[in-house]
Amino acid sequence: MDSLADQAGDAGAARGAPHGHAAGQRTPLIDGIEKVTGRARYTADLPFPDALVGRILRSPVAHGTIRGIDTRAARAMPGVRAVVTGEDFAAPYGVIPIAQNEWPLARGRVRYRGEPVAAVAAVDAETAEAALAAIALDIEPLPAYFSAAAARAADAVLLHEKKAGNIEREVDQNFGDVDGGFAAADLVCEQTYHYAEVAHGQIELNAAVASYEPERDRLTTHSVTQVPYYLHLTLAQTLGMDASRIRVIKPFVGGGFGHRVEPLNFEMVTAALARAAGGTVKVECSREDSFLTHRGRPETDIRLKIGMTKAGAITAVDCEIVQRGGAYGGYGLVTILYAGALLHALYTAPAVKYRGYRVYTNTPPCGAMRGHGAVDARHAFESLLDRMAGELGLDPFAVRRANLIAPPYRTINDLQVNSYGLPACLDWVEQASGWKERHGKLPRGRGLGMACSHYVSGSAKPVHWSGEPHAVINLKLDYDGGITVLTGASDIGQGSSTLLAQVVAEVLSLSLARIRVIATDSALTPKDNGSYSSRVSFMVGNAALRAAEALKRTLVEAAARKLEVSPADIEWNGEQCGVAGTDRTLTFQEAVEAALVDTGTLSIKGTWSTPPETQGGKFRGAAVGSTAGFSYAAQVVEVAVDEDTGQVSVERVWVAHDCGFAINPLAVEGQVQGGVWMGMGQALSEETSYHEGLPLRPNMLDYRIPTIVESPPIDVKLVESIDPLGPFGAKEASEGALHGFPPALTNAIADALGLRLTELPASPDRVLEALHAKAREARLGARMEKAKAKAEGV
Amino acid sequence: MAKRLLSITVNGRLREDAVAEHALLVDYLRETAGLTGTKQGCDGGECGACTVLVDGEPRLACITLAVGCEGRRVETIESLTVDGRMGRLQQAFHEKLGTQCGFCTPGMIMAAEALLRRAPRPTEQEIRDALAGNLCRCTGYVKIVESVQAAAEGA
Repeated sequence: MDSLADQAGDAGAARGAPHGHAAGQRTPLIDGIEKVTGRARYTADLPFPDALVGRILRSPVAHGTIRGIDTRAARAMPGVRAVVTGEDFAAPYGVIPIAQNEWPLARGRVRYRGEPVAAVAAVDAETAEAALAAIALDIEPLPAYFSAAAARAADAVLLHEKKAGNIEREVDQNFGDVDGGFAAADLVCEQTYHYAEVAHGQIELNAAVASYEPERDRLTTHSVTQVPYYLHLTLAQTLGMDASRIRVIKPFVGGGFGHRVEPLNFEMVTAALARAAGGTVKVECSREDSFLTHRGRPETDIRLKIGMTKAGAITAVDCEIVQRGGAYGGYGLVTILYAGALLHALYTAPAVKYRGYRVYTNTPPCGAMRGHGAVDARHAFESLLDRMAGELGLDPFAVRRANLIAPPYRTINDLQVNSYGLPACLDWVEQASGWKERHGKLPRGRGLGMACSHYVSGSAKPVHWSGEPHAVINLKLDYDGGITVLTGASDIGQGSSTLLAQVVAEVLSLSLARIRVIATDSALTPKDNGSYSSRVSFMVGNAALRAAEALKRTLVEAAARKLEVSPADIEWNGEQCGVAGTDRTLTFQEAVEAALVDTGTLSIKGTWSTPPETQGGKFRGAAVGSTAGFSYAAQVVEVAVDEDTGQVSVERVWVAHDCGFAINPLAVEGQVQGGVWMGMGQALSEETSYHEGLPLRPNMLDYRIPTIVESPPIDVKLVESIDPLGPFGAKEASEGALHGFPPALTNAIADALGLRLTELPASPDRVLEALHAKAREARLGARMEKAKAKAEGV
Repeated sequence: MAKRLLSITVNGRLREDAVAEHALLVDYLRETAGLTGTKQGCDGGECGACTVLVDGEPRLACITLAVGCEGRRVETIESLTVDGRMGRLQQAFHEKLGTQCGFCTPGMIMAAEALLRRAPRPTEQEIRDALAGNLCRCTGYVKIVESVQAAAEGA
């Protein structure tokens, strides 16, 4: 490859504002036509007519020792081509290199009800299911723990070796003078909160197709992954294969929201079946399987204490968070670190103490879910700020404004803030919602609440700290004059392929029609760290920007040679370029032909890495939460609460999101609306729940994702703070606004009824229970007042 | 696994196929007819992704037996693009970003198609009622409502 690499050394240089050719334009998705016509092929749609059908057997026991798995009868059945168990894998896996304790199929022990224990491949689904039924499991039950508290008990059996108290990770972070901060406060409030576990609920069911060529010992896997290279490495590790013999392809993916960031067991199982069968195996999972595979947001308990001055300035924060992590490591230690890192860092907070506990339990493993780690913490923080504003007689907006950051700024936990559009977000939602005229003044049962939030534009340190750039883009330009963008970034519906095409079109002043994006085939596209932590716009966008600039330089130089002038004399206008002030011009095609002389096909690379100052502090766990650019959001939610039924309905949402610069305003709006709405689902109705490890809501009826009927209008304002490091100033847009919804909702309920909910979701039963408890307290209080008055009167 | 000869009109084309009596319409469409635009997103009747029209009425193909559609007209997402032109709803969902990941989109559009045939100028409430059985996890439905409105206005 005659790579003209534009290295990351200039990452600190701000890129000039776009001229609006393609960046900044409302652009329908470049792969949208396939989606609306039904032509888009998702994994389950791929034509593999000869594929065997794979099925997975799951543990009926929540915790137990595997004494034996008898597969003889299954293997003997006609039409069964492969049976695999945990013994068929070479190594365990886990997304975090230091916490790899999960096997694709359980080995030695099962740790949650529904954990995969064996799998078969057969000629059809009926045979595969009959074979599963013929497998005899001999599992000796062990004591099982379904809550963090039970798993932490002194006499609890350990789920994993060397994890005393079943604590996967304990965090103890102290910044500034916390005691002094509380001593200096005019008001100190403390509150506990409880959050139900929630799940991603992406509409596409999990599926994988794996083809194994025994003659070559080669494997090709198509899967629904958000991070193909994690899957690639994990397939190599768990199958004991050389990674160069594996190819991973991501077809259209029907949503992810974090469910598909980690490599998932069914992906390795499909590959193992294909290898054992010596052919192609397709595994299509059920909706129940999605809930068991899980990796959702953990059940969480928070105790939070904040000190505040009369003017609303935060003086100190003390927080303890416990997460019920489920049976395996997964992303767990990152989740518990995110909860602390992003608890307070959108405001100035001079002193912070954070204790976090990530606990192993006999429930399906939790993981990364949109807003990773920080959503429940945000609810607690914004709820307590709201309560304290009330106690101090301050407006909730005034309390936020008393704690705003002036960039550039280093937070107390060493996070770098280079751009900060939160003040403008606050101003817009305050105005748009009619806050000043309406907050505290609506009829009983109706209320307004507000909250702020922020999120990273990609983790500044990747999971595999290999020294490679954070993002690599290859551009291919050949005799046909078409530009192919080769990227490993997974478009999972968020529009990343469209955004990359826009960036390239913008730099080269070309139409999108000249640009194709090929996303994510390990044989063709450069490695990308994947679609998680909202990194793609910022990091891959920056790599695309640099690649396109390098390509433009190459074309300008070629045009200059052809026209026998200096490159500085060339005026570049995309479809035409030429010598400024003359009629000596070249068409784009002529410029391409000039550039191909002597070199042939152009392959141009662009890379990007986060500057060191954005990579966080030196303390243990400091990398988590660090980012090259924080997004900010503020929102106001209007609710109506029925006091007789406890039903909360959301009437309207006003949200302002600081996305730095909206490369595709249409897609950014869509991301902000979708994120806010997902926060609404968690806040109003969503919860997984278990009876002794048995999922009670493993379907889309009992797991209550809001329908279109209960979903409100969401008015979006995009605030453009032009981040100095973002591509054209852009930052993330997919997650930051989610966090603010749950606290804005419960703050609105407080405005409507004077009732402060400290537990989510705000389902009718919880709202009614809280109303009854409040009424009981009021009666008790009145009786005590009366008794006191009587006693004093005597 | 008794099979039966099924006569059915799919997207205007008469087909005769041997299908298992217990085969679901969604599997018949995807596997036998090769029309993978119709999606399955749940374990049966939960999400609406498989919505197709049977004799013009929206039906969940994942809880409809294929043999139950003997002699009927089935329309899927693939039928809405005619002579290389996307249908009004397809155009609007594309331009207004009524689709993000796209997986619920075929079912959503077919449910909306049934609505627009019945009520060419639906109110917002009628749109919400007609799509109440179709879950989307990406959009928050805001741009879906706008897409259906745009399709109705453009008609």
